[in-house]
Amino acid sequence: MFDVIVVGGGHAGCEAAAASARIGARTILLTHKQSTIGEMSCNPAIGGLGKGHLVREIDALDGLMGRVADEAGIQFRLLNRSKGPAVRGPRAQADRKLYRNAMQRELSEQSGLDVIEGAVFALIIEKGRVVGAMCEDGHEYRSASVILTTGTFLNGLIHIGEKQIPAGRAGEAPTRGLSEQMQKLGVKLGRLKTGTPARLDGKTIHWSALDEQKGDEPPVPFSFLTEQISTPQVSCFITMTTAATHRIIADNISRSPLYSGQITGTGPRYCPSIEDKIHRFKDKTAHQVFLEPEGLDDDTVYPNGISTSLPEDVQAAFIHSMPGLENVRILRPGYAIEYDYVDPRQLSHSLEMKCLPGLYLAGQINGTTGYEEAAAQGLIAGLNAARVASGGSAVTFDRADGYLGVMVDDLVTRGVAEPYRMFTSRAEYRLALRADNADQRLTPQGIALGLVHVSRESRFKAKLQILTDARSLADRLSVTSSAAAKLGLRVNQDGKSRSAVDLIAMPDVGLAHVCGLWPEIAALPYFAQEALEADALYAGYMDRQNLEITQLRREESFAIPTDIDYFSIASLSMELRQKLARVKPETLGQAQRIDGMTPAGLASVLGSIKKTRTRQSV
Amino acid sequence: MNNQLTIYALSSGQGRAGIAVIRVSGPRARDILVGLAGNMPAPRMASLRLLRTVDRRDVVDQAMVLWLPEPGTVTGEDMVEFHVHGSSSVVAALFAQFALFDSVVPAEAGAFTRRAFENGRMDLVEVEGLADLLGAQTEVQRRLAMRQFLGEASSVYEEWRSQLIKALALLEAAIDFVDEHDVEKEAWKQVEPNVRLLRDELIEAVAVSGKAGAVRDGLKLVIAGPPNVGKSSLMNWLVGRDVAIVSTIPGTTRDVVERVIDFHGCALVVSDTAGIRDAGADLVEADGMERAKREVGNADILVWMTAPDIISTVVPERVPDIFIVNKSDLNLSRNRNDGFDISVKSGFGLDQLTQNLKTLIQARIAVADDAVVVRDRHVVAVRETIRLLNDALENSGRPIEIVAEDLRKATRSLASITGRIDVEDLLGKIFSEFCIGK
Repeated sequence: MFDVIVVGGGHAGCEAAAASARIGARTILLTHKQSTIGEMSCNPAIGGLGKGHLVREIDALDGLMGRVADEAGIQFRLLNRSKGPAVRGPRAQADRKLYRNAMQRELSEQSGLDVIEGAVFALIIEKGRVVGAMCEDGHEYRSASVILTTGTFLNGLIHIGEKQIPAGRAGEAPTRGLSEQMQKLGVKLGRLKTGTPARLDGKTIHWSALDEQKGDEPPVPFSFLTEQISTPQVSCFITMTTAATHRIIADNISRSPLYSGQITGTGPRYCPSIEDKIHRFKDKTAHQVFLEPEGLDDDTVYPNGISTSLPEDVQAAFIHSMPGLENVRILRPGYAIEYDYVDPRQLSHSLEMKCLPGLYLAGQINGTTGYEEAAAQGLIAGLNAARVASGGSAVTFDRADGYLGVMVDDLVTRGVAEPYRMFTSRAEYRLALRADNADQRLTPQGIALGLVHVSRESRFKAKLQILTDARSLADRLSVTSSAAAKLGLRVNQDGKSRSAVDLIAMPDVGLAHVCGLWPEIAALPYFAQEALEADALYAGYMDRQNLEITQLRREESFAIPTDIDYFSIASLSMELRQKLARVKPETLGQAQRIDGMTPAGLASVLGSIKKTRTRQSV
Repeated sequence: MNNQLTIYALSSGQGRAGIAVIRVSGPRARDILVGLAGNMPAPRMASLRLLRTVDRRDVVDQAMVLWLPEPGTVTGEDMVEFHVHGSSSVVAALFAQFALFDSVVPAEAGAFTRRAFENGRMDLVEVEGLADLLGAQTEVQRRLAMRQFLGEASSVYEEWRSQLIKALALLEAAIDFVDEHDVEKEAWKQVEPNVRLLRDELIEAVAVSGKAGAVRDGLKLVIAGPPNVGKSSLMNWLVGRDVAIVSTIPGTTRDVVERVIDFHGCALVVSDTAGIRDAGADLVEADGMERAKREVGNADILVWMTAPDIISTVVPERVPDIFIVNKSDLNLSRNRNDGFDISVKSGFGLDQLTQNLKTLIQARIAVADDAVVVRDRHVVAVRETIRLLNDALENSGRPIEIVAEDLRKATRSLASITGRIDVEDLLGKIFSEFCIGK
């Protein structure tokens, strides 16, 4: 008997298993194949905009992804460096083997966690509660709760041109049985699609013909614990599609299962296949393709931007039509994959299935895409599954806590129409939810929950002290307007003196200049400089945002009774009644975010709750 | 089980009339109709029925009834209309029968509209337009309200909303898809002129709304001029009854006399003012003259009046809209050649004056007809939106996420009129305009 069973060893499964074990639950991770734990099935990169924020939040709760990516990262770039701190996103190319190895080592070092090979085909359900999992080889595992992180494996079907191969990913069998079992239990499933490009042999690419893209120097790591990146750094290269590429694809578009009607699942708009891009944006004459190395001692190259499901001969033809790739050897073709997902509106904010207590879902099974999205959900599911196993209450994160709260709330409230990816535009409190302050937002809660190791706790406290000192330093340092003018700064000659923070906030001055003026500021660690910059730039906005957050939390604290009958609220439109009945919002705040919800509709819900309460209290 | 109450109300006017119309809305409308009329008429067909008491012993009235099943009704619910004979006793008898049904109550003020709104049959701007329509007293007020009620104003708001979405989508794309080849790197430079245009459009709309407000609430017509030229007589003629004291003693009108009239369909606030002269006024009169000058400044339409028997060097402080010379019946030679002759006493030239006033008012109404932002609530929201757009324009040199924050707030402010602007609206715009996904 275990506390928690995690099914799947992808990015969601790893974080789920580790989080569960970290707070002391006896955990097993069941996976098809131990050797592919921590595999990066698609692009060899971690982070980005919104996604990088998620990695920092996972790290703030002592999750694995940030540390592992720092160990495996071979090219780091901080995106949006020229913009303000709130929208800077750390990103790194990762060596796939180093990543996998580091992840597997982290799991093996985690006490209370066992990894077992087994192909789960059914859940064990007793008295309406999920109490374990059954494997194809007849083994049964019992636990207080089960987390499914099956990725694209649920009835996975690969498409390459006219060819269809049932698979979870290239060369691996899909998971069968679970979908059918859930469907029988009344769980609503849907079908989504994603894709991956061909992999190329780097030895056969004419690198000299291509533009080079170097990483940042020095690299900015993901983890708050990493002081320095020690893995050697490499470059990426850029090529472009040509008129010939476009012609080959247009001529063969009917052979793409996307256009022949063979694929029914919805794909992501932000990660379209090359045939989609060429078909939908006919006026574009060229698209960029990033050639990303998959590893330091691996010649495999990931051509980012040409995911496709065209037949192999067409793939070869269009790839060879791009500069630098004229004679490239294709190691394996690109493909599209369709898979089952569970409509996430059936989940509570703790990622537990409302109709199947004891069952938690995380990752692509919930309709998301991306390693970071999966990992963040895994952490939340692992934390909650473990707490419930020990009789604790659910822990949830709201939209003001972090991007992980935004994501879970979006999923359970609004569902998905395409694979869900994180963007900074999804966060309404974007100026407050920064990558640089993820630990300040979440680590204290992580400490309280027992998720955070004591070594991180002391590091965190030391960091807070550095920030406090940096802030008082920046307030103390100041120049008079005339002194500023002598230094060549454009400031009003009003005789007032300005602090370092004031100067950072001025568009004509900024942090770089201030570092030039005061070596003490220049000597501060990067995170402290970023914090000063955020303080300076967003000062006028934070008060307003804090008010909005207070308002949000007030609405979030207004619980909606679970037995409310939306169909009896006649003043609600039928459409809203159906949506509310499907989502079953937990709070008034969540109800408000259901798409199509109107202020009047919300008032009706509120009225109905109050009426029921009065009736009950009589 | 439906727990919504069924409501009813007399929809036509109170008191004796040929016909009284009673509307019932809600889940029990059908039961009431069957209970009184005996059976169900065909939907949406006027049918004659004998209405009996619920116990079937007595006849209440013979009436035309209409059965309007949901959802295609004004409230979005099942509705019944009873067109009964228009006496208060018939209506009272009918209401007494309604009271015998459970969960059936008299409608509170605005309850029908509220249900229409809640069931998505009307948007907020339309509801507000309806309120104005029901309150409209003059033709101009009716037309203004009708525009809002028919949703014309909503479509202008919708256009503003889509412009804002477009601007914000560009900025958000530049933040979230910075590593995309296709995304505009200098997004703000591209967006700024459009934001400026939208801001100016909103400013213009608020300005027009002020003018429309004047038309709706009554244009201010001020009669001013030297003492004893006949201003109060003109006022009385306009108002159609003696409201101002008329005498031949100069300075009789010490204060401003004000009346609201319906002048050929437009509300006019007509003010008669104290005569304005250079000197020789006592303290009280001087005070009246001060007020008169203020009125002249506030006038939407200034009528300046002189008379040939009054020698005065006083000139109006602004160009009058109409300049008239009264007392043509005296047949005195005029001391100036601008203005046109009338005689309030004999009626000479009054038709011409009416015509000129109508032309002036039409021009003012034409401006008002373009007004979109009419209600105070909307004016406040649009002003706030303007302020936030100005913030965005002032923050030009600062990091783009700050400008985006200003625009985000502006969309929220505008959304309080039009409804929420969702991140999905932005993403939809981004993905349709840019080829995203490297």
